[in-house]
Amino acid sequence: MRDVAFGSYFPAESFVHKMDARAKILIAIAYMVAVFLVSAFHFLGFAACLLFVIIATCVSKVPFLRVIKSIKTIIFFVLFSAILQLFFNKQGTVLWWIITDVGLINAGFIVARIVLIVLGASLLTLTTSPVELADGIEGLLYPLKWIKFPVHEFALIMSIALRFIPTLIDETDRIIKAQKARGADFESGNIFKRAKALIPVLIPLLISSFRRADELADAMDSRCYAGSKNRTRYKKMKLTFRDLIGVLFVAGLIVGIVYLNGFYALSGLAEIAGAL
Amino acid sequence: MPLLEVKNVSYSYDKTTKALKGVSFNVEEGEFVAIVGHNGSGKSTLARLLNGLLKPADGEVVVDGFSSSDKNAVFEIRKRVGMVFQNPDNQLVASIVEDDIAFGPENLGVPREEIGKRIDFALKAVGMENFRKATPTRLSGGQKQRIAIAGVLALNPKILVLDESTAMLDPHGRKEIAEVVKRLRAQGVAVIAITHYMEEAAKADKVIVMDRGVIALSGTPKQVFGQKEILSSLGLELPAAGIIADKLRARGANIPNDIITEEELAEALWKL
Repeated sequence: MRDVAFGSYFPAESFVHKMDARAKILIAIAYMVAVFLVSAFHFLGFAACLLFVIIATCVSKVPFLRVIKSIKTIIFFVLFSAILQLFFNKQGTVLWWIITDVGLINAGFIVARIVLIVLGASLLTLTTSPVELADGIEGLLYPLKWIKFPVHEFALIMSIALRFIPTLIDETDRIIKAQKARGADFESGNIFKRAKALIPVLIPLLISSFRRADELADAMDSRCYAGSKNRTRYKKMKLTFRDLIGVLFVAGLIVGIVYLNGFYALSGLAEIAGAL
Repeated sequence: MPLLEVKNVSYSYDKTTKALKGVSFNVEEGEFVAIVGHNGSGKSTLARLLNGLLKPADGEVVVDGFSSSDKNAVFEIRKRVGMVFQNPDNQLVASIVEDDIAFGPENLGVPREEIGKRIDFALKAVGMENFRKATPTRLSGGQKQRIAIAGVLALNPKILVLDESTAMLDPHGRKEIAEVVKRLRAQGVAVIAITHYMEEAAKADKVIVMDRGVIALSGTPKQVFGQKEILSSLGLELPAAGIIADKLRARGANIPNDIITEEELAEALWKL
């Protein structure tokens, strides 16, 4: 169970794994912007995004199946959005029953958009460990120090939370076993009954978390923790040629999509002009 | 001047009961001091007073010339007195061993290259060189506790306080920590071990027995464990080797009266 929690990380030694986490986060955001830039009815842009993900996956050495599996968790959301479009979009000509051609295209459009975004995001978490992600976010938030945002404290909270997830999962397992040994029943009854059965698990967990926090604070004090003042950092993130290549790659994608959009817009204008 | 001086220290968590009453002792450089006593005897309170986590209500704790009552000296004291607690899970701050060990030196503003060296040194001191990139949650209890010790050693302390650091470990884990303590003492680090295990105390240079907030007995292990009546009135037992020696002697075996370690027992048995 401890491997599942935040465990989408797929350890490997690859070009993408070795990239700087900050660059990877920015590239992932840029990629999502690119997906959103693809204007309606122009599926060629989506093909470009898909190609981007496929190439990135190949370079990252993550098996395609692992990347595709990430869609499983959002499959209902995707289907729901598609069905809304299919049955409630009244634009265009009716193809069959209440399904219109515009509805069909919009449904396909939305499915493509969500799936592509999830593929990109999961590729980020598959190739970047939680610790690196936290460090990357801290690095990106660093400029916020100017407006007195406690960047260091925020990053420390994130990394301690990540550090304690497996510990707390172990503890939960132990409490569940202890309560079962005392005759607690977690498996029968309806959903409300089962939720109620979890209360004797959550309360000891909460209390022990406070005790842990107390001890952790003592241990941190003993190791001379005094906030971000005069603190050095052992790990230094370094941008390399890999990050440059990644940035150029995603920039190419955005330029290509903007160009395609412009091309379509122009041809649309030409059509209008021709009609006039 | 001794490295650590505890001078007539008292402490109370509330107004009515005193957790510590007029405790005094010294620790010299490289010395190994064991503090024993049953639950509620004040030994963990005493530990927390040694590095300024708690401030004495009365008296003074002086480390290397710095008094813990002086607000500006607290980091100087914590640099010198490293503290390791009972539960290793609650002391590690990072998900990767080397990041965790770097935490202390980072707090002190040590330059990066120097932190790298200190990580090497600390991991070597606890015999965990091959675990630099490991995830602590996947290690055994003894290994985790060794990482916690390494995290404190990276601050280059002169005194290491082990506050029941072996209480949650299995016998194998306890052995691992005993090895580390031995190695540190060879390097001149003083060790103060607060413990329930009399076998650990038997190996110390000095044993301090706490009872209801005062020092009931103190001296070399032989002196302290020689006071069998007082110890049993305090609810404490002899080390296992001592108990076995007593029982053998009661049955008429010719074994000396002052045996406290396994080695001494083996030596005496071999001579029979």
